[in-house]
Amino acid sequence: MEKFIKLKSTAVPLPVENIDTDQIIPARFLKVTNKIGFGNNLFRDWRYDDKDQPITSFVLNNTSFSGTILVAGDNFGCGSSREHAAWALTDYGFKVIVSSYFADIFKGNALNNGLLPIQVSPEFLKNILNRIKENPLIQLIIDLEAQTISVEKIELIESFEIDAYKKLCMINGYDDIDFLISNKEKIETFEANRNKEEAIVS
Amino acid sequence: MEKKTLFDKVWDSHVVSEVPNGPQVLYIDKHLIHEVTSPQAFAELEERNIPVFRPNQIVATADHNVPTINQHLPIEDELSKNQLEQLTKNCAKNNIELYDLGHEYQGIVHVIAPELGITLPGMTMVCGDSHTSTHGAFGTIAFGIGTSQVAQVFASQCLLLNKPKSLRVNVEGKLGKGVTPKDVILYIISKIGTNSGTGYFCEYAGNVFQEMSMEGRMTVCNMSIEMGARGGMIAPDEVTFDYVKGKKFAPKGAVLEEKIAYWKTLPTDEGAVFDKEYHFKAEDIAPMITYGTNPGMGIKISENIPNLEDVSFQKALDYMGFKKGQSLIDKPINYVFIGSCTNSRIEDFRVVADYIQGKQKAKNVIALIVPGSQQVAKQIKEEGLTTIFETAGFEIRQPGCSACLAMNDDKIPAGEYCVSTSNRNFEGRQGQGSKTLLSSPLVAAAIAVEGKIIDITKHLN
Repeated sequence: MEKFIKLKSTAVPLPVENIDTDQIIPARFLKVTNKIGFGNNLFRDWRYDDKDQPITSFVLNNTSFSGTILVAGDNFGCGSSREHAAWALTDYGFKVIVSSYFADIFKGNALNNGLLPIQVSPEFLKNILNRIKENPLIQLIIDLEAQTISVEKIELIESFEIDAYKKLCMINGYDDIDFLISNKEKIETFEANRNKEEAIVS
Repeated sequence: MEKKTLFDKVWDSHVVSEVPNGPQVLYIDKHLIHEVTSPQAFAELEERNIPVFRPNQIVATADHNVPTINQHLPIEDELSKNQLEQLTKNCAKNNIELYDLGHEYQGIVHVIAPELGITLPGMTMVCGDSHTSTHGAFGTIAFGIGTSQVAQVFASQCLLLNKPKSLRVNVEGKLGKGVTPKDVILYIISKIGTNSGTGYFCEYAGNVFQEMSMEGRMTVCNMSIEMGARGGMIAPDEVTFDYVKGKKFAPKGAVLEEKIAYWKTLPTDEGAVFDKEYHFKAEDIAPMITYGTNPGMGIKISENIPNLEDVSFQKALDYMGFKKGQSLIDKPINYVFIGSCTNSRIEDFRVVADYIQGKQKAKNVIALIVPGSQQVAKQIKEEGLTTIFETAGFEIRQPGCSACLAMNDDKIPAGEYCVSTSNRNFEGRQGQGSKTLLSSPLVAAAIAVEGKIIDITKHLN
């Protein structure tokens, strides 16, 4: 996993609420056995019509907006557990998703792939969406160490929460597998103790 | 003594260790896998040269993109075929039990594990599928995980997790005519919304759930994820024990008795405190249908679509082709899908068969019956339901996820409405441009007969 410490980038606004992972990557694109190329089909049915022509009104087809930060509406990533949604977003080039709420499984999937989900207050979200719309070239600054998100040259800053362990993983580019395997002895002891208590072995 | 919830008891007994100021290492008893969310996890392990730690605690099945006709023939879709072959190879290489196409136990992952006695009370279970919450019906902590986590469980039989907060949904009273478990959960989600459960694990309590069959409880727990909760649970009781008894892989004899004695200690202690609680009256619930593009956008069939000023709400109505304040009664429907991990168990099909016996589906309707597993398919045959379905003009298919998420050929054409017993009405969920209305199997059956949306309560004796 790539390390994540600080990021400064323009952002893409997508102020739609309850964006489910079926929209991020439709089920028909999940038939492969690798993690590559999902970005081509990110938001497929919002991005292309049934003749595979770009839908000009969709923000990813609007060249005014670009950058590695996606600013989305409330409750982002609900629905299916498919990690392909996180792969599609990272493959497309996003490194940060900002929303006022994230679904649990998506949030975990994002963090496991070096994609930082930043939950901000609804007011802050509205504020930055307006700023981006007014000026698509405006840059957002993410400081993971300080846990802040701010807008360049403007007094607009908010702190965000992140689990201390996950923060450490993001900053150092670690993942959970290494940690879990290093715990193997404890896991085996746990299994052995449970086997003694016959009644509670599942 | 500290008062504990059902969730606390099961969770706490599975904690291996704790990261200081961080997550806990949670031991997983059973790991269910299927063809779509496992290949990248197997690849990850292979790249890092890590063996599968506890292959005996993993069960695999083929469900998401299997065809539902001619399952004995080679799969035509190259990509689907490749994914299924990959699963077969990965399972063989790692000594994992696989219920592949053609196996008598094959079926939707959340249907087969309970019916085989793989799901037991007090366990922790995971699967790379958000509807793993289904197994919570047994008083099991069961939840969906991403592919990175599938790899973690392969490698260590554990996951690093922060303990979720606790939520209890109480429903007390007597359910009305034609109100089924699916209506209960659609009603709850319509009232509390699709993100009210985020960060929580939910327990369903009250006499309504106690009086429900195991299959009804599975339908309810299945949709916990649709309110944002990682999972839902119902305390194990005699109904649970009776269901488990005699199942293929369930414990038997003295071992079972010993386990039952333990399972009886699991229900939430009186006086235990939940972080959040909701109360509903059974009498307020009626047969439900959804009108929008998330499962929270549901109404009683007899009600009108609400009048809300909201951009996302309007976007959903535009997609569905509905208007604010509109009634759905008499809306023509050409497709009905009865299946999915929410409603493809034998009881669901009994309800449908009971309603349509002696009736005919409307001419305009294509009505699909897709059993959740080979065993359910067998039951349908043995109980004589096949004749009822066929006489009424319903099409019986072979087991799989089918038109719930349309990864196989069972797609609803663009622009068409489908009344579906599945769990999601997202844009394009059942095929690009398709429009899904979620309902119970009873409501779906009635709509198939009429060819349009009706108020089921007026059609029941």
